[in-house]
Order: sequence, then structure tokens, then C-alpha cells
Amino acid sequence: MRGESVFPQLEQLLPLVSKPIQYVGGELGATVKEWDSATVRWALMYPDAYEVGLPNQGVQILYEVLNEREGVLAERTYAVWPDLEKLMRANGVPQFTVDSHRAVGDFDLLGVSFATELGYTNLLTALDLAGIALMARERGDDDPIVVAGGHAAFNPEPIADFIDAAVLGDGEEAVLEITDIVAAFRKEGSPGGREELLLRLARTESVYVPRFYDVDYLPDGRIQRVVPNRAGVPFRVHKRTTMDLDAWPYPKKPLVPLAETVHERYAVEIFRGCTRGCRFCQAGMITRPVRERSITTVGEMVKQGLEFSGFQEVGLLSLSSADHSEIGDICKGLADQYDGTNVSLSLPSTRVDAFNIDLAQELSRNGRRTGLTFAPEGGSERIRRVINKMVSEEDLIRTVVTAYTNGWRQVKLYFMCGLPTETDDDVLQIARLAHEVIKSGREATGSREVRCTVSIGGFVPKPHTPFQWAPMERPEVIDARLKLLKQAINADRSLGKAIGLRYHDGEPSLIEGLLARGDRRVGAVILEVWRQGGRFDGWSEHFSYRRWVDACAATGVDLDWYTTREREEAEVLPWDHLDSGLDKEWLWKDWQDALTEYEQDDCRWTPCFDCGVCPSMDTHIQIGPTGRKLLPLTVVST
Amino acid sequence: MSKRQPPGGQAPVVQRVRIRYAKRGPLRFTSHRDFARALERAIHRANLPIAYSQGFTPHPKISFSSAAPTGVASEAEYLELGLRVAMEPEKLREALDAALSPGLDVVEVVETNTTDSLAERLTASHWRIELPGVSPDALNAAVKAFLERTEILVERLTKQGRRTFDTRAAVVNLAPAAGPTGLTGSPCAILDLVVRQVTPSVRPDDVLSGLRVAADLEPTAPARVTRLAQGTLTPQGEIVDPLALDRPR
Ligand code: B12
Ligand code: SF4
Repeated sequence: MRGESVFPQLEQLLPLVSKPIQYVGGELGATVKEWDSATVRWALMYPDAYEVGLPNQGVQILYEVLNEREGVLAERTYAVWPDLEKLMRANGVPQFTVDSHRAVGDFDLLGVSFATELGYTNLLTALDLAGIALMARERGDDDPIVVAGGHAAFNPEPIADFIDAAVLGDGEEAVLEITDIVAAFRKEGSPGGREELLLRLARTESVYVPRFYDVDYLPDGRIQRVVPNRAGVPFRVHKRTTMDLDAWPYPKKPLVPLAETVHERYAVEIFRGCTRGCRFCQAGMITRPVRERSITTVGEMVKQGLEFSGFQEVGLLSLSSADHSEIGDICKGLADQYDGTNVSLSLPSTRVDAFNIDLAQELSRNGRRTGLTFAPEGGSERIRRVINKMVSEEDLIRTVVTAYTNGWRQVKLYFMCGLPTETDDDVLQIARLAHEVIKSGREATGSREVRCTVSIGGFVPKPHTPFQWAPMERPEVIDARLKLLKQAINADRSLGKAIGLRYHDGEPSLIEGLLARGDRRVGAVILEVWRQGGRFDGWSEHFSYRRWVDACAATGVDLDWYTTREREEAEVLPWDHLDSGLDKEWLWKDWQDALTEYEQDDCRWTPCFDCGVCPSMDTHIQIGPTGRKLLPLTVVST
Repeated sequence: MSKRQPPGGQAPVVQRVRIRYAKRGPLRFTSHRDFARALERAIHRANLPIAYSQGFTPHPKISFSSAAPTGVASEAEYLELGLRVAMEPEKLREALDAALSPGLDVVEVVETNTTDSLAERLTASHWRIELPGVSPDALNAAVKAFLERTEILVERLTKQGRRTFDTRAAVVNLAPAAGPTGLTGSPCAILDLVVRQVTPSVRPDDVLSGLRVAADLEPTAPARVTRLAQGTLTPQGEIVDPLALDRPR
């Protein structure tokens, strides 16, 4: 029977696996509905382990938005670890939801949230365990419609064969519209089957259905064109933007897990979008324009979220939290309200200026000054101009020293390696900066206790950014540069001892690069890697570079061509038919500006620079100040 | 939100309560660590006036007296809370129960003024073990073989490494119980077990290992275990409710 619980079978396996609680559900805030009470049923998946996936805001929001609707049911499913996967295969237990332990194959839709491309192999495991054909074309009328969402869905071409549809951008309204289309279609008796339903979705112009587009290639392998192969299917599919975040104050009932997860806190997005224009940042480009949640809504959400959940920590999320027009009042207001309680507040801001320290000081009023993070991203002023991260060396050092003199002893500095036009010298400047920071810190504090950690990530060029044309650096070059950097940091023993260096090898980034800018031909690689046992590719202990390289060879895909090759202006990019609102000409101009080390301002504070998003998406910047303040809470002091 | 730190340090404990709680159904897979975290959150959610320890990182006054193994259900787990404002026990029970996930259930709350520790009163446990795919005859024979021995050595991986110890001596009572089918409806035998608290502790799975050693008893699927009671063992082999001494008479 559809919708029946598979828990009795699963229960037999749970004593045999590690951390069984992650498969049991039972979270506070979870919704369990009768199968028959709903006409449209969604399974929502975060394609990583429960401990990473449960806190995901995107899934929690969509879960709540859908379940609030009468006649709609949404449950969640996560990637199962290999130990359980093996047992499920041996015992015929299908991929299940954690809410009611229903088989994922029984649902009408399977929505998968991709924050990162490294979740693609886990999608295949879930489909296979669910008994859903891996190839979308082989699916029948009774199989779920597999919909991808999240940032990686802005170029879903590498998984085009495995998904039925993709949604670009914000999901709140999109999932409700899809629900309505499915409900109406079912009510009519599902005329024309799966194909017709997909056609109806595609005609909205905001749901991408890969099978309705043909991709033609040039003899040299580049794409010639991507064109619809059905009448009524749009040439371009547009991203969704949820305007007025005050009208969508989710999550209201945050999920509180029994199992331990990466974040045990109530997170509230204080705004969406970012217009700082860092050229490497896909998130910043594709979530424009900036839409702030007002100070009063933020205060209300924090109050209710904490009361509901019993969490002791609040995270004020966004892409650049210190940029909220009323961030000072938000931090001060919340710090006042929760003064003297066990509630701690965190602001994941990496802005490099003194203001950021003021905020951090406010938030750590009655706690310890553990660590503070800044992200200059580039080691030299030259490379910072290339990536449009406008921080002068002077500012950086002054900011870090201010942090030290205000009681912080440990500061973390984020950088990237492998950026366009980067030379050894740009990376070596990181060592000089770090030395300078420690030296000035020791002087200012008179203490030798000050420390900094230099954390380095590999740069991966992403679609819909000015760097979408950029060549990636080879892993050997990156590894060699990092080695030089390490030597340079330790060249001064005394300073080197106060500096920690953390970095990743270049190899995983190269694969991420393949998946980020890949086209439909890369799907064969993903499938091959999965067949060879590829799972949990975001986890270094599970990731195998060899497996990806071998799979490329086996499928005839040239890894270098996709990653280290520089694209030309005229080249048709695999995602050109997917509209993030950004004007391709503007992106190209910004890429050229990058190469000439020319900076671009922030349109939040300075006039619009015509990136194209607002006019093409019919959106606009929504920011304060509202001038309102958070009132003291009436504390129920028992 | 409950105020944590009145000026001048932490408020003193004015009332101690002892709590019996149950771990039921799917939530029996909650580990002790998971439960401890969930409890702390539930306390905040229910806005209970929990007292905190002194010091730089104050901890809520919670002390656990027992922890059924992960995957084992229980009707009788115990803990004690220190409160900075006195509360009516039944009110506290309701509030805490409502704040915990269904399946983690607060069964009873009593105020205590006694000074002996709750843990000292827990000298034995009563378990019920469902054994899928085991026939009543096989079970009877295995129990007989087990009880006839004076010592049965088994191995278990403990935090200190692999250990070999006796499972027989700690067993006070082992008997097949009535009830032909388990919760899943498939045929299964049921065992009734009373074990004395010893070190290293003998757990139901050790007794199952003992049955394997003594009589080759092998269930077809993992056994399903429930702790029915815990308390002080009398010389007659009965288990006395550990909260009996605290309960108002
Ligand atoms: C908190 C956070 C984390 C946390 C928690 C992750 C989690 N489980 O959610 C931790 C620390 C674990 C983490 C890890 C990583 N993160 Co992170 N993270 C964030 C952060 C700060 C907030 C994410 C968030 O909650 N956003 C708000 C929610 C509501 O947005 P959303 O998830 O995109 O969902 C909306 C839409 O996308 C859409 N949608 C989403 N899913 C679906 C599904 C369907 C079917 C539909 C229709 C719609 C839809 O609807 C939602 C509501 O509108 C963002 C930055 C930011 N502010 O966005 C970075 C960010 C998402 N992370 C990023 C990265 C790179 C990572 C890592 C890969 C880092 C690394 N190298 O290890 C890992 C990957 C972890 C993993 N395996 O998934 C990048 C992604 C880059 C990009 N492509 O844009 C971001 C954008 C940061 C950045 N500026 O670069 N991250
Ligand atoms: S269109 Fe103009 S105002 Fe809107 S995000 Fe782009 S640059 Fe900013």
C-alpha cells in the first residue's frame, strides 16, 4: 500500500548501524500527516548525512511552507551512510522519509536541495534505493517527479539526465505553485501522463525541464546551441525571487533533532542577496537583489524560535550580515533582551572593518571572546582588486589589531588559492600579512598570546559569475604554492609559531569545478563514479580523486577541457538558457574589469550599475532603515 | 527565557526532584548523550527554574542515575534535578513531558529530601527480551542450559577494550514469559530477566551472548529489549521501586 510505513523492516536494521537515531525522526517541530489527508505529497531531500542536512534552512522552510497548506504533505529524507545502505539493499528496504518512514518512491514529488555539487552522487544512491529509475526518461507515471533546487540548480546540466525538473532561486512560492499545478493535473485525471505534467510545469517559464531542450555541439566539443524541442516551452527559464521576507517569516517552528547535528541553533536569515560584488561568489550574484528582513520581524522570529525550540544559540544568517541597514540596533537590541540568560548570539560576518568588531563585542557581552573571522580572500592588494574584495592592507591590519586589543586572542583569516591571474607572489603575500598581523598584535597588546589561523580554500569558478569564463589552476600548481606559503610562514620561527595554516589539496576543487561548469556530458562521469562506489563526495574520507579521474577516462570526458580551459566571450555556456537575471554582457564586462584590476562598487549604497537583475526579474532592493527598535522582552522570570 | 545569573552568582538549589522517565518505540534509539541534550533543551523550552552550578561555565543541575543502552527501550530510567524555585512535582512532570518528543516520556516526578543517592538504590534491573524466530521449545531448553551452569564467560568490546567476563552470576531470574508474538506480529519468544547491578555491568545482550554460548540460541533478527523496572533488590529477589522512599506517604 502506498504511504505505508517501512519502519518495521527498518527497525530490524537499526541496531546494526552507527548512530541509528538519525534515521528515526521524532524531531520537535516535525509534522506527521495522514497519507490520505493529502492530494499532493512531497519528499524533500538534503543529499548529505542527517547531521549536515537537518539544520539546512532551505529544506526546513519548504517543509513548513508546504505542510501549512491543507491537503499537502511534506516529509524529509537524507542520505543514508554506507553501512545502512548495504543493509537496506540486502533486506529490500527502500529509501525512506524520517517523519513517517514512508517509501520515497510513493510520493508525488521528490525535491532535492543542492547547496553544493558534491551531493550529486548521493542523489543517485537515494534514487536507486527508492526504486526510482536513475534516468529520468525511464520513469513511469507513478514515479515521483524529481525536482532539483538550491544554488547548484543554477547549472543542473550535469544532472540533467537524472532529474525531471529544476527550480532556480527562492523556493517558497515556487513549491506552492508546483503543488497547485500537480493538484489540478491530478484532479483532471492526469491527462497525458508524466509528459503532460512536465510540460505544464515547463510552461510556467520558471521550472526547467531538461528533457524539453536539445543540446547541439560543435565539432570541437563546445555547445552550438540549446533549444526547446516542444511548443510552448520557453527559450529561457527564469529564477524565482521571494520579495518581502517579512511576509515569509520561516522557519517558525525550527526542527529540533535528537541526534547531534552540525548546528544546534535557531538561525534566522536577516536578509537575502548580496551586492558586494565579490567576483568569485556565486551566491552573491544569483541571489540579487538585497532584501532585508526588518528589525522587528527578526526580533519576533528570534523570540518565537527560541521559545519553541529551547535552543540556546541564535545565528543571524545572511551572506554578509554586518551589512544589514539596522544591524547595530539588531545586535544591541537582542543582546539587551537576552542579557543575563544563557542565550548566545552569533553573527557569521567576515567583513574586515572595525564596525564588525563593535558588533561582535556587543554579541559576546557576557560570553567569552573565542574567535573572530575575517575574509580578505586574496593575499595581495592586486588580487583583491581582481576579485573585487575591497580591503586595504592597512585596514586589515588595523581591524585585526583592534580585535586583539579588545580581548580576542584568536583570529581566523580566510583566503582563496587558485584565483584568476594569481601568481606565487600573490599567495606569498598571505604569509607577509599574517606576520604583520602577529607583529602588530604583539606590539599593541604587549602579549605574545595573540594567534591567527590562516584558512585557505581552493577557488572554483562558478556559473553566473564574472569568473565563469576563467581557467582553473592545476592542482599541482596550487599544491606547490601552498607549500611555498607554508615555508614562508615558518621562515620566521617566532611569528610562524603563532600562525596556524589550514588548507585543502587542489584535487577536490578540480572535481567541484568539473561539476559546477559541466554540461550534460558530465552526467556519464557522475553515473560512473557512483557505480564505482562514489558516495558522500563532500567528505574527504569518502572522496576519491582517482575514482573521478578514472571515470572521466572511462566516459571519454576531458577533465582539463572543462576545468583549466579559459572560455571565450562568444562561447555558448551550458547554463546560458537559465536566467539568473544577470546580463551576460555585464558579467563579461566585469570579467574584463577583473583582468584589468578595476573595482566595482556596491549598488546597495551607490547607484545601480546595471547588472541586469532588477529590471529583468522585476525586483528591487529592499532595505531599511525602518527606524524601529527592539523593545525589552518581558522576561518570565520564574 | 529563564534568567540564568542573578547578580552575585548562581541561585541556590531550593528543591530536588527525582524523575522516572521512559524511552519508547522508535525513540529507544536515542543514545544517552542525545537524551541529555534533548532534556536540557526541554528544560529551557518548558521554562523550568533549573539551578546552575557555580563557575565560569555554569552547568544545569542534572544528575543521571542510569542509562539504558542505545536501542533498548525503557519504562524506568531515573534522574534528579536541582531547582532554584520550588515547583509542584506534577506540574513539572506535565511541563517537561510536553517539552520532550513523544516517545521520551516523563512518567513520574517526586520531591526528595533524602540524602542517599538515587544510583545507590538501583541495584537490579528487570528486562523483557523479544527474540524473533525463536520457538518456545528452543527457548525453554536454552534457559535450562543457562541456569544449570555456574559460570558463562562471554566477550564484549568495552571502552577499555575487549573484555571477558561472567554473565551467569549476576542473573537473578531468567524465565520464558507468556506471549506468542512480538510487536511486529511475527512469531517470537519472550524472556523475562532480572539482573543484579555488577561491575562490569551485565546487560541483556551479554545474557543473549551467554545463551548463545550455553545453548547455541540464535534469534533470526536483533532482539528487542525493554527495561521494565529498576530498583533495589530484596533478598527475596524482588525489585523495590527506588522512588518509594521519596514519595509522600
Ligand atoms: C549555514 C551554512 C552552512 C552550514 C549548514 C549547511 C546546511 N546544512 O544547511 C555548514 C557550515 C554545514 C555549511 C557547509 C557548507 N557550505 Co555553506 N552556507 C551556509 C550559509 C551561511 C547559509 C545557508 C542557508 O541556510 N541559506 C538560507 C536558505 C533558506 O537558502 P537555501 O538553502 O539556498 O534555500 C532556498 C533556495 O535555494 C530554494 N531551495 C533550496 N532547496 C530547494 C529545493 C527545491 C526542490 C526547490 C524548489 C527550491 C529549493 O528555496 C529556499 C528558500 O528560498 C550559506 C550562505 C548564505 N547566506 O546562503 C553558505 C553557503 C550555502 N555554503 C556554501 C558552501 C560552499 C558550503 C560548503 C561546500 C563549504 C565546504 N567547502 O565545505 C559546505 C557544504 C556542506 C554540505 N555538504 O552541504 C556556499 C555555496 C556556494 C554557492 N554555490 O553558492 C554558500 C552560499 C556560502 C558562500 N558565500 O559561498 N554551510
Ligand atoms: S540591477 Fe542594479 S540595483 Fe539591482 S542588484 Fe543589479 S546592480 Fe544592484
